[in-house]
Amino acid sequence: MNIVVLVKQVPDSGTQRSLDPSDNTVARATADNVINEIDEYAIEEALQVRDREGGEVTILTVGPSSATDAIRKALSMGADKAVHVQDDAIHGSCAIQTSAVLAAALQQMEYDLVLMGATSTDGQVAVMPALLSERLGIPQLSGAQKLTVEGSTVKVERQTDGGFWALEAPLPAIVSTWDTINEPRYPSFKGIMAAKKKPVESKSLADLGIDPSTVGLATATSAVVDFTGRPPKGEGVKVTDEGNGAQELVGFLAAQKLV
Amino acid sequence: MAEVLVLVELNPADGTVRKGTLEALTAARALGEVSAVVAGGPGVAAGVREQLAEYGAAKVYVAESPEIDEYLVAPKAEVLAQLVQQASPAAVVIPSSPEGREVAGRLALKTGSGFLTDVTEIAADGTATQVVFAGAQIVHSKVTTGIPIYTLRGNSVTPEAAPAAGEEVPVQVSLSEQAKQTRVVDKVVEQKSNRPELTEASIVVSGGRGVASAENFSIIEGLADSLGAAVGASRAAVDSGFYPHSFQVGQTGKTVSPQLYIAVGISGAIQHRAGMQTSKTIVAVNKDPEAPIFELADFGVVGDLFQVVPAATEQIAARK
Repeated sequence: MNIVVLVKQVPDSGTQRSLDPSDNTVARATADNVINEIDEYAIEEALQVRDREGGEVTILTVGPSSATDAIRKALSMGADKAVHVQDDAIHGSCAIQTSAVLAAALQQMEYDLVLMGATSTDGQVAVMPALLSERLGIPQLSGAQKLTVEGSTVKVERQTDGGFWALEAPLPAIVSTWDTINEPRYPSFKGIMAAKKKPVESKSLADLGIDPSTVGLATATSAVVDFTGRPPKGEGVKVTDEGNGAQELVGFLAAQKLV
Repeated sequence: MAEVLVLVELNPADGTVRKGTLEALTAARALGEVSAVVAGGPGVAAGVREQLAEYGAAKVYVAESPEIDEYLVAPKAEVLAQLVQQASPAAVVIPSSPEGREVAGRLALKTGSGFLTDVTEIAADGTATQVVFAGAQIVHSKVTTGIPIYTLRGNSVTPEAAPAAGEEVPVQVSLSEQAKQTRVVDKVVEQKSNRPELTEASIVVSGGRGVASAENFSIIEGLADSLGAAVGASRAAVDSGFYPHSFQVGQTGKTVSPQLYIAVGISGAIQHRAGMQTSKTIVAVNKDPEAPIFELADFGVVGDLFQVVPAATEQIAARK
């Protein structure tokens, strides 16, 4: 069972994030960049499936050279090797273009299962499983809270409002995971040391056979026209409860015609 | 006038039209004459055509086949792509649910178009508004390739009736083998609730770590029920096992934008703020006067939630 896990490096969601005013793309150069948190659950799930079924876990990342940090983190958790697609021409790509790059990279790899986090904390678009399924012609089982492999069939519980859908598809398949699926391991010291020796293959657009003019900001399928900081909220009212907190709260709601 | 397609999303439980669909019908009118697209199992459109007409659908395309519900996402994208071929619409608007986004993405690839997710507003010239980075920035974007496809964030637009003909147009459904790969074997409902759905609710009451136990969440539910509200939970509460993940509000859960959001025992970490910052009115109850949630709150009570919330619930009930 060979598994590819898609890992994205994102600006730390706990810090102030912004767009870059020079070209309206996500400001990555000035940001504190980390591995997309939900991807760690996908990595953990991949390691667990590998440890049951055998095979290898390969990390696939598209991103600038700084994304190496995210790759090392994934390798230190226990993934076997990585492919890093980096090419300046990719900068500013939309989800459609990124999916073309990922699909081309996947076509050069051997996989039974492609795993990824259900969303990224920067773009929060949450469509990559659908886009890759469409491009590669293999099934999409997105939003998993549970994953099992039985022979050549993959079964997923897709999280829904107040429950789940039980999904089933033949391998190879694409699965995205929520943070309910497992508890990701922390890299051990041994894991961190071992990660330094694991192979990371760097690929350019030329290696993938992609014409650089078809990706990147200039030919993206959507464009940011402008952006502004959200105006700060006006100062609210804060009361300390001395027995009448509830009354004041309900009074506020009544004054706002909310009750 | 240009035609705009709106994909209809129905309540899985009773087959009624979801509020997000009425919002999409309303927002889509800025771009042209609206046609609703109902795609689902046999008979699914019969009960909803009238309401779709009431909210502005000049046409209601009806694509019915048992296979549409038997397979995940891909069938609906194929049906829409077929209609886009036929009707050459000016745009497509889809409610921003997980399925809605995925349909939008597939449709974009099938039609060689761009798409924008989670938009809060669509202007007549096609420019869409998005609120990004935990509500920190407002972005205006445009689709630059093909037929613009938008998914509309829930509660961003107030549904307004605008009666139209609602002419029924049957659609022949023939799905490719590729659309029939991921089978939906079972739809399991674990929590039956009479409360509104979290992303649709006009009032949300959420509990956090301060609620301290799963049992204590009955206090949150009590306040929610007195207001006809949905119940939410912070990640800390979900991770502690107080409430199920499907009710989590925040970066790794749901994004909500209700008229009123009441945060109880929630400190207001960025993780949580990302999911509720655009709520119209925010009320917070927390015992820590320094909790960051108070920076967002229009009204804050510094106090013991176990005192304040039950008393408030009682008073709200007494007002009825």
